[in-house]
Amino acid sequence: MWEKIFNFADYGELLALLHNSILAGAILGLVGGLIGVFVMMRDLTFAVHGISELSFAGASFALLIGVNVVVGSVFGSLLAALVIGVLGVRARERSSIIGVLMPFGLGLGVLFLSLYPGRSANKFGLLTGQIVAVDDPQLVWLGAISVVVLVALAILWRPLMFASVDPDIAASRGVPVRALSPVFMLVLGLTVAMAIQVVGALLVLSLLVTPAAAAMRVTASALWVPVLSVIFAMISTVGGILLALGGSIPISPYITTISFTIWVVCRLLGSARTRRGWSRRAPAAPPVPVPVGSSAR
Amino acid sequence: MTDRATVTASAPAPLQSGASAHGAAPALRLQDAGLAFGSRTLWSGLDLTVAPGDFVAVLGANGSGKTSLLRTVLGEVTLTSGTGEISGRPLGRGSTDVGYVPQRIAIDAATMIKARDVVRLGLDGHRWGVPIAFGARRRAIRARVDALLASVGAESFGDAPVSMLSGGELQRVRVASALASDPALLLCDEPLAALDLRHQQDIAALIDHQRRARGTAVLFVTHDINPVLPYVDQVLYLAGGSFRLGPPDEVLTSAGLSELYGAPVDVLTVQGRIIVVSSMESVGHQSHDDHGAQLGGW
Repeated sequence: MWEKIFNFADYGELLALLHNSILAGAILGLVGGLIGVFVMMRDLTFAVHGISELSFAGASFALLIGVNVVVGSVFGSLLAALVIGVLGVRARERSSIIGVLMPFGLGLGVLFLSLYPGRSANKFGLLTGQIVAVDDPQLVWLGAISVVVLVALAILWRPLMFASVDPDIAASRGVPVRALSPVFMLVLGLTVAMAIQVVGALLVLSLLVTPAAAAMRVTASALWVPVLSVIFAMISTVGGILLALGGSIPISPYITTISFTIWVVCRLLGSARTRRGWSRRAPAAPPVPVPVGSSAR
Repeated sequence: MTDRATVTASAPAPLQSGASAHGAAPALRLQDAGLAFGSRTLWSGLDLTVAPGDFVAVLGANGSGKTSLLRTVLGEVTLTSGTGEISGRPLGRGSTDVGYVPQRIAIDAATMIKARDVVRLGLDGHRWGVPIAFGARRRAIRARVDALLASVGAESFGDAPVSMLSGGELQRVRVASALASDPALLLCDEPLAALDLRHQQDIAALIDHQRRARGTAVLFVTHDINPVLPYVDQVLYLAGGSFRLGPPDEVLTSAGLSELYGAPVDVLTVQGRIIVVSSMESVGHQSHDDHGAQLGGW
């Protein structure tokens, strides 16, 4: 059994063959790690899952009618993101809408896949990730989408952060809070569509949530949260692909296991840090009486 | 009810030097302003001028339109009648002329962000782009955030995640963040509501100190006047579709409030605290919960 999980015979040749996959994994780690910060801040974990199911439906429809699978999953994602973004402004509404969309998307996907006459490995891959080499056109697609996502994040970062931390105050400062929400959902939809190509619809959360969640256990720094999140996501994807090369099982268990391990370690580090007190400030210490009148500038 | 005050704020004695920092235009001016939802008029004919450095407390029962007044000034709700302007510009969508300290205390615990970064958001969070700066600009921003944290006595927990702050500490950070852009007008929506008495006094004194130092006008919505009573220049008391406006000792009188409510209301001073007592339900906010608790607990 172990040869199926870890097998490094002919590793060099495989590596050369699969450099496209590794590149795709690295790109995905970068984009997923960054967007994960906002997924956590905006509490959109469930939305990510909902989008990925519809993205899966789109991808399997594309497979059925014989067009590019990435295009199909992008369409599915954007549709789901749009519906969730427009209809689910409030958190409670959003949850119920996602709960309604998710099984519908999954059901459509199953329908399209069972109609699809091709190889079953392709079918399964969309749900749980595929080790098949990412071909050049697919890599171009992933690269183009990630550029769009990165540019959007670079422009939106500050107001999006403000609107995520405190929407009321952000609105009072002129941040277009209401417009930012659907825009971010679209960016998120694109990222989910990318992630599905590598880890599959069911495991997208391991790239878009787990790394950021892990980073937020060990730091609150506006710089280190995104940096660590990207590093964790890249270790998971690239490391997972490298480990999966030799074995005959899909990439996703490697990726999810690595990212889960990172999260566990961060969680332990974080709770140790909380016990010790965060940044020179003991949480249990009595509040320091500050003479307000003397706090002159 | 004939002479019900439309007292335009005859600006109280000018404050210290900083008071004119924002120029001649009043920080906030409402002219003949009215707000109604359907057939229900919250208030109308409101003339309110808040000079730079003025501290105006907005009092009234739940549902009297206190928070709606703030939301009007924030541009989230449009006046049904009349006009309003902030520093000479018409009310509209948010701007950096306005600092806002909301009632909701908590920032979601899942939101990992340092206190200093919350202050930084108040400084430049509304701008597009990535919050990365280098060299002199980076040092300037850092110095500004440090100064803001120090001005509210928050330097010792500036690097702590906000989820680990107490309510009083977080409210200090919020005041610093609201003041970061040096706004002409500071809007406070019951910022003391979730705090204990000592922190109420601290935060009230802090806001007073800041408005004197910077000449920032303060519009302070509260259900309890007492923590801010020493600092208040004018009281705007909303009730039953009308209002009274003036210095606290003119508005908060038994005669004045009885006239406003159209029913007997007693204003008592007990150990330096003002207590409004009435048998009426509409004055309820001041007859049982809050003031009962004050008498019992403090």
